[in-house]
Amino acid sequence: MTDHDHHHDHGHGQHPPSDMALRVRALESLLIDKGLVDPAALDAIIETYEHQVGPRNGARVVAKAWTDPAYRQRLLADATAAIAELGYGGRQGEHMIAVENTPTVHNLVVCTLCSCYPWSVLGLPPTWYKASPYRSRAVIDPRGVLAEFGLTLGPEVEMRVWDSTAEIRYLVLPERPTGSDGLCEDALAALVTRDSMIGTARLAPVTS
Amino acid sequence: MNGVHDMGGMHGLGPIAPDPNEPLFHAPWEARVLALTIAVGAWGRWNIDASRHARERIPGPDYLAMTYYEKWLAGLITLIEESDLMPAPDAPRASPPLTAERVPAALKAGGPTLRQTGAAARFHIGEQVRARNLNPVGHTRLPRYVRGHVGIVERDHGAHVLPDANAHFRGECPERLYGIRFAAAELWGQDTRDSVHLDLWESYLEPA
Repeated sequence: MTDHDHHHDHGHGQHPPSDMALRVRALESLLIDKGLVDPAALDAIIETYEHQVGPRNGARVVAKAWTDPAYRQRLLADATAAIAELGYGGRQGEHMIAVENTPTVHNLVVCTLCSCYPWSVLGLPPTWYKASPYRSRAVIDPRGVLAEFGLTLGPEVEMRVWDSTAEIRYLVLPERPTGSDGLCEDALAALVTRDSMIGTARLAPVTS
Repeated sequence: MNGVHDMGGMHGLGPIAPDPNEPLFHAPWEARVLALTIAVGAWGRWNIDASRHARERIPGPDYLAMTYYEKWLAGLITLIEESDLMPAPDAPRASPPLTAERVPAALKAGGPTLRQTGAAARFHIGEQVRARNLNPVGHTRLPRYVRGHVGIVERDHGAHVLPDANAHFRGECPERLYGIRFAAAELWGQDTRDSVHLDLWESYLEPA
């Protein structure tokens, strides 16, 4: 078995076939030649998702909700508007709903049919979110899925799984970690992980 | 269509294997495919539902073996081939609608799907509904794993563009969209209080 075959057989795609770069370059050249795309626009799109739109946006939303009870209320009542207050919105975040974790409710977000994800607050989704194992099992075995992320929930916790079948995008509002009482909003935002806003993680207690 | 993309509830598709050090793009060509898809999409020759349908028409065995951006490239080529976007060989050079200057506004605007219709809601919050046993050969966002099952209306999202029509260029045909809660006990026979929540259009539902 060649190295190429080995990678391809294993499917979930860290190592695509080496001819992909050539095929994409050929298509891009054709589209530029025909005047169908502006290469500078391609660079600007990539720059946006590499440097401007990512999970730090969502972390700011979460930290504000933890520190500002009125904002938390607005976020839970109309997440699209509340998130727009912080300047975030647009593509794959046009219609937002925030779902709140509590000691007895844990929310988990998936898209079984494709890979819908709240880009405006979390950026582009990780590979596992887009791949078959997570998409297939998150709805039938969410506790088994969480165990693969190292998270075990007790039977007292009710799980709610959100399958993003329409253009509504879901953001999990994680529980504020214990030990974070004195922290300011910026310091709280730094604690918030991407996975905690998908629902595949809880935030670790803060130890000082 | 009852394709492999509709994988909610399947077993045996492998471990989730999250990589905590995953890069945003595994190779530069992935970023180019993302950007090309957005930039060519700006011509408006197709819509997000048609894009999803192009990807889900990838033959099942290939779909399961392909990475996310391999599917995006295959979908983009299908959309270009099925449209009249590509100019004739002797046509003058086109001028792309999405320039670098317009990228921030275009991403910020996104593609909201909420529409105003005068139609009254057929279902109401708290009402019991059954997901219809529909098996269309075209695009739908009604996953197989809820068909025939009973849930509760939890939210009324207003009228949204209907993917089943829009993906086939039959118009937006906006229709009421509801957030429906299905008990895990109902879907999977599990003895838990857990639940799965989907956003489903009015024509996917019947009184129960």
